[in-house]
Amino acid sequence: MTRSGMLRDAVIAIVALAVLVAIPFVFTKPSLRDFLIYVMAYGLLAMSLNLLVGLTGLVSFGHAAFFVSGAYMFGLLMQSGNVSIPVAMLITVAGTAMLALVIGAICVRLKEIYFSFITLAFQMFIHSIILTWVSLTGGDQGLRGGIPRPPFLGIDLGNSVALYIFCACVFMICIVVMRQIWQSPFGYTLRLIRDNPNRANYLGVDIIRMKLGIFVIAGAMASVAGMLLALFVSGAYPEFGFWTTSGEAIFMIMLGSSQLFIGPIIGAILLRLLEHFVSIYTEYHGLVLGLVILAIVLGLRRGVADFVVEWIERRKAARAPATTEHTACAKEGAL
Amino acid sequence: MMLSVQNLDKRFGGVHATRNVSIDFPAGSLTAIIGPNGAGKTTFFNLISGAFRPNSGKVIFDGQDIVGKSSLEIVRLGMMRAFQVAEIFPSLTVNEALTAAVISHQRKSWTFMSRFPVPEAQTSAEEIIELLGLEDKADTLSRNLSHGDQKLLDIGLALAMQPKVLLLDEPTAGMGPDERWRMIGKVQHLWSVKKMTVLFIEHDMDIVFKIAQQIHVLKYGAVLATGTADEIRRNQDVIDAYLGTDHHLSEAIGET
Repeated sequence: MTRSGMLRDAVIAIVALAVLVAIPFVFTKPSLRDFLIYVMAYGLLAMSLNLLVGLTGLVSFGHAAFFVSGAYMFGLLMQSGNVSIPVAMLITVAGTAMLALVIGAICVRLKEIYFSFITLAFQMFIHSIILTWVSLTGGDQGLRGGIPRPPFLGIDLGNSVALYIFCACVFMICIVVMRQIWQSPFGYTLRLIRDNPNRANYLGVDIIRMKLGIFVIAGAMASVAGMLLALFVSGAYPEFGFWTTSGEAIFMIMLGSSQLFIGPIIGAILLRLLEHFVSIYTEYHGLVLGLVILAIVLGLRRGVADFVVEWIERRKAARAPATTEHTACAKEGAL
Repeated sequence: MMLSVQNLDKRFGGVHATRNVSIDFPAGSLTAIIGPNGAGKTTFFNLISGAFRPNSGKVIFDGQDIVGKSSLEIVRLGMMRAFQVAEIFPSLTVNEALTAAVISHQRKSWTFMSRFPVPEAQTSAEEIIELLGLEDKADTLSRNLSHGDQKLLDIGLALAMQPKVLLLDEPTAGMGPDERWRMIGKVQHLWSVKKMTVLFIEHDMDIVFKIAQQIHVLKYGAVLATGTADEIRRNQDVIDAYLGTDHHLSEAIGET
């Protein structure tokens, strides 16, 4: 049972990766490729945030802090010219994990709205460091001069197709890692904390340490998302770490689903599509987005993906009695 | 002695909730704590399970003074509790919740590389489900269980930790008469199977007199009487305070 679950997920991941890689060869428009890289970067951000929101019940408003730290750390490392892309990525993940450990050690001791606010405070703190430390970060202009992409292991990310495939692979690796966490004993212990922290404590679960653990993992995953975006836009900007970026990630979770594993990705696709089409027709796209989100939150009272899953299950349930009757008749007939 | 409470005292501001309570609980005993509302029964449980810290006194659990230890440390030493209002995990099924609890007991909560449910935890969880008679509800979401089954699951979660001492805060709270007897029958059954030390708070005198080996009556935070069912039944203090007279009347007198 447990083995087959892993195997099934691995097969799904490989198929999904193959489809993702095949898309730009079938539909050759570069804008589609760009759209998908955006969705992957922001989708990864939302997925990593959902490890806190949906899995552990920790609503962080400051998750973009690790997104932006990933983008800047990676950009600065690459600009230094001393390291290759994979090494820079590993250092960035480790560095952001350390940052998340320090911030998390303070944040996870607080509950509910207080946790949300202190994560927001830390994010704004990091955002203002980026704005004010102009000599290092370029201030509000962002990291200037582009991010070099020296070839490694025969892979040249200067080629936009190669860059796309690289992003798709990194994205899928992260999804597989998060899926494993989601389905592991660790993940189910986090569900105990989400549902009833007091009871979890009385079952011998060290809540603070568990929360800190997932906070660090989620931060490290968010840094990968930041790196993908930095690689793609060849730069890093303070907006990556503004509160609106965290807000967008929360929107994506709300739009998709917090309880379905791939919900945030669905939310990311929906939000990006919505933005894309709405901004064609009106410059007030923020207003339209707000209305759509209000409609979904108040109308469906859950994510779009939740709604679809429930609808399918209800249809199945409605059909099930009919089929059992049918088989019963068939059996009688056979007798 | 599995659990020994010595001169336990707790004040909340001006309220003296626990007054110089000393009780011994032998290993493998089944003990009832009774008393009128506000007698300090739940506070007593909160003090020994580490939720509150007493102002003075000792709690010797399995040879060790546990006053000042966190509730988490006390749980890990083997003292578990079930709650007056069932404390469960609404979005998990009975099976998932119990398996996750067993995993916590096995100290495998930090396992990333295997998939939930791990077989060895699953087996223990199934044993508990069978012991509680929840087989046909194993895959029901906890939030969809009946009140009585939620209380059972709460106890099951405690059992998953293989406790040495189990504290049950009103296992029959909110149940009808028939359901009460079924519940208490199950409590007695698992006590005899698991051979652990069980303390329970109960309001129903018939139940208490029927199953408890030893009864401690609390009133205003102090021990009013201690003894077997027969001794308690004949105790004049208890009769005056609690039993013989009208329940509400005795409370009213007490409050003036």
